[in-house]
Amino acid sequence: MKKAKLIVGLGSCGIAAGAQDIYDYISSKVEGTSVEMGITSCVGLCHAEPIVDVLTAEERITYGNVDRKFADKLLEALQEGELPRENRILDSEEEKKYLEPQVKIVLKNCGVIDPESIDEYIQTGGYEALKKCLTTMKPEEIIEEIKKSGLRGRGGAGFPTAVKWSFLAASPSKIKYLVCNADEGDPGAFMDRAIMEGDPHAVIEGMVIGSYATGADHGYIYCRAEYPLALKRIKKAISEAEERNFLGENILQSGLSFHLDVKEGAGAFVCGEETALIASIEGKRGMPRLRPPFPAQSGIGGYPTNINNVETWVNVPRIILNGASSFNKYSYGKSFGTKIFALAGKIKRGGLIEVPMGLSIRNIVEEIGGGTTTGLPVKAVQIGGPAGGCIPDSLFDTPIDYDSINATGAIMGSGGLVVMDEKTCMVDVAKYFLSFTQKESCGKCTFCRIGTKRMLEILEKITEGKGEEEDMGKLENLAHHVNKTSLCGLGQLAPNPVLTTLKYFRKEYEAHIFEKRCPAGVCKALITMVVIDDKCTGCMLCKKACPVNAISGERKQVHSIDPDICTRCGICVETCKYDAIEVL
Amino acid sequence: MPLIDESTIPAEAKSLVSEIGSTPDKSIPLLQEMQRRYGYIPEKLVEAVAKEIGMPLAELYGVATFYSQFRFTPVGKYLIRVCKGTACHVAGTEMLYSVISDELNVDEGETTEDMLFTLTSVACLGCCSLAPVVMINDTVYGKLTTAKIKKILNGYRNEKG
Repeated sequence: MKKAKLIVGLGSCGIAAGAQDIYDYISSKVEGTSVEMGITSCVGLCHAEPIVDVLTAEERITYGNVDRKFADKLLEALQEGELPRENRILDSEEEKKYLEPQVKIVLKNCGVIDPESIDEYIQTGGYEALKKCLTTMKPEEIIEEIKKSGLRGRGGAGFPTAVKWSFLAASPSKIKYLVCNADEGDPGAFMDRAIMEGDPHAVIEGMVIGSYATGADHGYIYCRAEYPLALKRIKKAISEAEERNFLGENILQSGLSFHLDVKEGAGAFVCGEETALIASIEGKRGMPRLRPPFPAQSGIGGYPTNINNVETWVNVPRIILNGASSFNKYSYGKSFGTKIFALAGKIKRGGLIEVPMGLSIRNIVEEIGGGTTTGLPVKAVQIGGPAGGCIPDSLFDTPIDYDSINATGAIMGSGGLVVMDEKTCMVDVAKYFLSFTQKESCGKCTFCRIGTKRMLEILEKITEGKGEEEDMGKLENLAHHVNKTSLCGLGQLAPNPVLTTLKYFRKEYEAHIFEKRCPAGVCKALITMVVIDDKCTGCMLCKKACPVNAISGERKQVHSIDPDICTRCGICVETCKYDAIEVL
Repeated sequence: MPLIDESTIPAEAKSLVSEIGSTPDKSIPLLQEMQRRYGYIPEKLVEAVAKEIGMPLAELYGVATFYSQFRFTPVGKYLIRVCKGTACHVAGTEMLYSVISDELNVDEGETTEDMLFTLTSVACLGCCSLAPVVMINDTVYGKLTTAKIKKILNGYRNEKG
């Protein structure tokens, strides 16, 4: 057999798509041969999982949608010569559109190196930035370099990182803390998970550089418990970094000491907020408090604390090693560098993407994403998670930049980008996000606790076909109060999905309220399922699938659905092979 | 997962505290370890642990009830977590959820009488490109349809015998 290394992408979503099975299968077949096995993490091409890279002396070829049968084909080819042409991803002109607009600064190692091997990280320049800091830079020079780069917090709010660091550095306190916020709570977002699973040492290196720059001697990575693989890899990376003295006492004989612990979050969205996160690390209920004092003055245990998000931390070693200009050459307005997005929803090429600031939403949706899976026109993108908003296709030329996106009423957020087509109901989307924030409200502020509940009730009423004319005004009024009287970002931004859909998709609200109709065909109370006589073949599949026996009809006869029994669950639509059931 | 034997509670509380620690910041790790051992948070054990670490019971219980990770009733052999993230919502997770709920005849947080399945939903599992997604114990199932999930549930049922 030809000498080669087969590298299987084992990120959480790859494993869910069957990559572990492929890894085990190939491993059992190549035992004792010249073929070596390797693992890597998510390269971002989630739509093509499971992914196997074939590394030979000449080249590295990436194969997508690999099943056992195709794995056999690969192994045969390694025996006989010519590697297969099919299933190569990123080879066609169309697929190249996925990669070309992207710039990989943060994600450069994800899907390339073995995340469980510190040696592979070091071979790709890992911990060089730390060495550079410890041997040639003073702490204030590091902060100056970060300042020059223009790096802003990637957790969503976009606060300048260097300013945050300089607050902590200026504090005379002997005990100071650094925190990596990996409590990625936005539904529809998985950037931080992918980074921690794919390049955990980069997070550690960023934090050690941060400790040198600010004088902090202890750090926490606060990661949600729902990410078992990310937790496993980051813990392994910490112990390996300690063994090699990149962490711990007297790091690389420089006199710097920094200790890092992992804290597992316990499932509270509000803990993404800084003061709530600190309360949670202290073992309390994760409720936010009034600022000031800011965490840089009084954080964990009353000591000065600086919190940055995973993506922010990983940018640090890249900026230090290659200089601020390698980063801020990508710029738009006051935003510099790149931003990672988790592209999901009704998109053809979903996955994890990293784009330079200034690229338009249209570029992302149409070129990188390749349009919708359904072929239907894109109606909107939801950006920024439950605190963000829906941007309509008429504004798709908006560039990726904190300020431009804020101007639409949405926010950059941490990077969730969910694509919606004409079959997505915007009132339902607003209801969905509000039911999320309403459940996650910690209850401290009255308007966030009760106001979001009242807003949700109004939205439920509208989607049930009981909406009244004044409901839209009531929603806007409540949204204003929830925004103005909430202590933290959760409450302040919770109305955003409602406000942006009211602003850009008012007609859909009006259709629900005045015409008692859901244009997208989603809201159950406002739709009926009807058999299209010309298309129905009488195959009886839908009749068998219907859980409430609402469908009648003999074999080879046109079926019919009794609207009084039908629960609008949609199973018949999913089951029908002839598109013979229409939603009206 | 075993149901807790009440006679072992004092010893169990001691073992938890000696393994995890007794400072106030250990409250969440202590609760997480309890749930890891039993699949839920046994009320009597919280009482014993609070006493052991010298924290008012109300405070420890307050922490436990604040976080959605913690459950206070025993779970079945298979814990089903239906993802309700944005991508899954858009892809029709509601329909999947109601199929599972009908099939097992349980609602949110409930366990089937034979203690085989517990049905819960989670905010997001982060496998958005495989939407809609359901996680059963540690296995994630993606790109599901109602037919597929029925088949999967049947597979787990048959393992039982």
